[in-house]
Amino acid sequence: MGRYVVRRLLQMIPVFIGTTFLIYYMVYQLGGDPISAMFGDKGADPVFVRQMREEFHLNDPLIVQYWYYITDLLHGDFGTSFNGRPVADELKRAFPVSIRLAMIAFAIEVVVGVGLGLLSGLRRGKFVDTLVLAGTLVVISIPVFVLGTVAQFWLGSEWGIFEATATVGDATWSQLLLPGIVLGSLSLAFVARLTRTSVAENMRADYVRTATAKGLPRRRVVTRHLLRNSLIPVVTFLGADLGALMAGAIVTEGIFNVDGVGRLIYLAVTKHESSTVVGAVAALVMIYLVMNLIVDLLYAVLDPRIRYA
Amino acid sequence: MRGTTRVKWVVGMAVLGLAATACGSSDDDKGSKGSGGGLPAGYYSASSTEPQNLIQPANSNETGGFYPLQLMFRGLYTYDSKTGQPVPAMAQSVESPDSTNYTVKLKPGWTFHNGEPVTAKSYVDAWNWGANSENKQINSSWFAKIEGYDAVHPENGAPTTKEMSGLKVVDDNTFTIKLTQAVSSFKASLGYVVYAPLPQEFFKDPKKYGEAPIGNGPFQLDTANGGWNHKKSITVKKYDKYVGDDKPKSNGVRLDMYTTYDAAYTALRDNKLDVIDQIPTAAVGSFKKDLGDRAIEAPQFSIQKIGFPLYDAGWGAPGKEKVRQGLSMAIDRASIVKAIYKGAEQPATDWLAPNIPGYSKDITGELTKYDPAKARELVTAGGGIPGGKLTIATNADGPHKEWVTAVCNSINEALKQPGACEPKLYPEFSVARKDITDKKMTGAYRTGWRADYPFPDNFLADVYLTGAASNDSGYSSPVFDDLAKRAMAAPDQTEGVKLWQQAEQQMAKDVPSIPLWYYVTKAGSSTKVSNVQFDPYGNPVFTEVTVK
Repeated sequence: MGRYVVRRLLQMIPVFIGTTFLIYYMVYQLGGDPISAMFGDKGADPVFVRQMREEFHLNDPLIVQYWYYITDLLHGDFGTSFNGRPVADELKRAFPVSIRLAMIAFAIEVVVGVGLGLLSGLRRGKFVDTLVLAGTLVVISIPVFVLGTVAQFWLGSEWGIFEATATVGDATWSQLLLPGIVLGSLSLAFVARLTRTSVAENMRADYVRTATAKGLPRRRVVTRHLLRNSLIPVVTFLGADLGALMAGAIVTEGIFNVDGVGRLIYLAVTKHESSTVVGAVAALVMIYLVMNLIVDLLYAVLDPRIRYA
Repeated sequence: MRGTTRVKWVVGMAVLGLAATACGSSDDDKGSKGSGGGLPAGYYSASSTEPQNLIQPANSNETGGFYPLQLMFRGLYTYDSKTGQPVPAMAQSVESPDSTNYTVKLKPGWTFHNGEPVTAKSYVDAWNWGANSENKQINSSWFAKIEGYDAVHPENGAPTTKEMSGLKVVDDNTFTIKLTQAVSSFKASLGYVVYAPLPQEFFKDPKKYGEAPIGNGPFQLDTANGGWNHKKSITVKKYDKYVGDDKPKSNGVRLDMYTTYDAAYTALRDNKLDVIDQIPTAAVGSFKKDLGDRAIEAPQFSIQKIGFPLYDAGWGAPGKEKVRQGLSMAIDRASIVKAIYKGAEQPATDWLAPNIPGYSKDITGELTKYDPAKARELVTAGGGIPGGKLTIATNADGPHKEWVTAVCNSINEALKQPGACEPKLYPEFSVARKDITDKKMTGAYRTGWRADYPFPDNFLADVYLTGAASNDSGYSSPVFDDLAKRAMAAPDQTEGVKLWQQAEQQMAKDVPSIPLWYYVTKAGSSTKVSNVQFDPYGNPVFTEVTVK
């Protein structure tokens, strides 16, 4: 088990180098001159442009630029953005917000999603099942910006149940509640449907029949045997989803004024700030990899037949 | 089973962690009362963005950096909030016998926020510092007209000196400026924030004071209420010892940074934000209904144009100016503006914006009047559109695609050639700009201009003079150049304006670009403030706002 984890951690190194290089390459390929663009429609000061291009190594070939970046990174330096501020500060500011938002969305997704899935899986074909299926279908088919804007207008502005916009800089938990619900709702629908199918399938499994035949109380059969085994596909989905919740929340972040990672990356891409984009994406990649590892380890918890040597 | 137990423990800890942070949230809730909360009495909030650079007078060419400078600094002149014309702020007098040599006399009694008196030296040192290429100020080139700029901002290599020879301190309240040549608009440009003074404290640690600026303006940084809280807000309070005429009518201002104008607009409607400087595209059609008398429209010194690559063999060929004239007359400006902007935008009749000295409603004559028959005639007379097809390039990440499409439709209909004009979309601004500045365009492109100071030089010389920094079209007309140079060097402004109008008549023949329309600021305020105005540069008049 320990050896397995070490092996997996070592595998992360080439993945990390590969992804950072790819992202660096992609930003490089965007073309355009980010420094001249700082002057808008007006003519740029050639001396300023020259100095900035030299400072940020923009005249060097891609591989040299990447080398500067990766060596700095190994020294713990995430580089600086064009305005001279350290990228590390930007990351330190954006990540906690996105992590909080993702945690709210994730918690809702897990609790409500698995709950609803279990409920409808156990009562397959009944009214509750139909209701959950129809409800999740509606959520899946509505684009998130419609859902977000409508929720913001009614639940936030009009009825005042939730706060409609978050404060940039330090979004509080309560301000992130509504965006978290909106963000989690799509995945919630998927989780509910996955759980439902899985539960309904396993209901007919031999071990469930055995457990029932042993005379175990229904509650124990459902939680210890049925649900535990049914969660494997759900956990796989959830593990990958956590990363998506953090990076892919740009639409939701925009509606609710949440200044998180999605927005940080978007703005950095428009400004062609390689160091910010790569820094943020690299951190996300690490989160993905770690989450994947945790998911794989969770398999062993959920299904005793799985062992890691 | 040992492995499994350990994993269980890890999962358990993770759950505990979640629970612990969830508990922590209740404390956070008490700390803040939402975006609109926590404003000290008599303060109001205004939407803004994070400054792209440190807050230093010569280091901002975007609103995010400009607003705090405008709040905290005053130069020799400021611009009238209604007409946009320069009015003296710190200048007692600025006199010049020849538009080359200037003697500046300061009003006494002005102080920086740290108590230091503002003297002639404060100006001279600030300008020298801003011009120095080692300080990497984005607006350094504003000092290029001053003699000795080349030495502090050389094309190549390091500066050879730290002082421009054209600036001399005479006494505490007097300094002289010598320009490299006569510039009649120089006085009008002195209201731009680049020319603000700096205290001696600043030069000790420019970086530190760029984070916590000490200015001489109506407001000072309010560190007790957060000061510059990066990416969140900038709070300023009234400076009690301010002696300028535009004393603040509120106790303070907080610039709140929003991620999108949509979010800012939502906050404004919820009364969590008091002044918004731009209405999001989605709400442009409805904001007057949403806000009622709190909706604001104010004309801007800002023009939208279509530029042509005159360096291109097709478009630059002699005779093609007829085609450009025809295209200009094929655009039904009034209808497009009405359909797309739904507001007070006006069709352009001049390359200058209304209220700029020299602006005229008929200087371009029929060039800017919609006349499909004449348009067809001219395009045919000019030998047709080069290559048979006109593309108008724009960046897809800005709000331009709609009107470019409308302009194309208007041209296609007027010329009765479906598909003659098509928008060409660039994925983003910097890529489009690179092709434009590298002079690699083969078709037309959108181009805009917003005034920095209210004089034709800013609209014309900076854009159409041969080799000018913003001359993207490669326009080069000896007649225009001659008139423009004489206009710029004219001994007084009236003479200058007259020459500029003659120069524009040459432009109307050559059509280096097609003027389309003038922009209007669309903004709004909450119910908590009144007297919210916007000046012709599109900026809120911060000092005039009153809190109810």
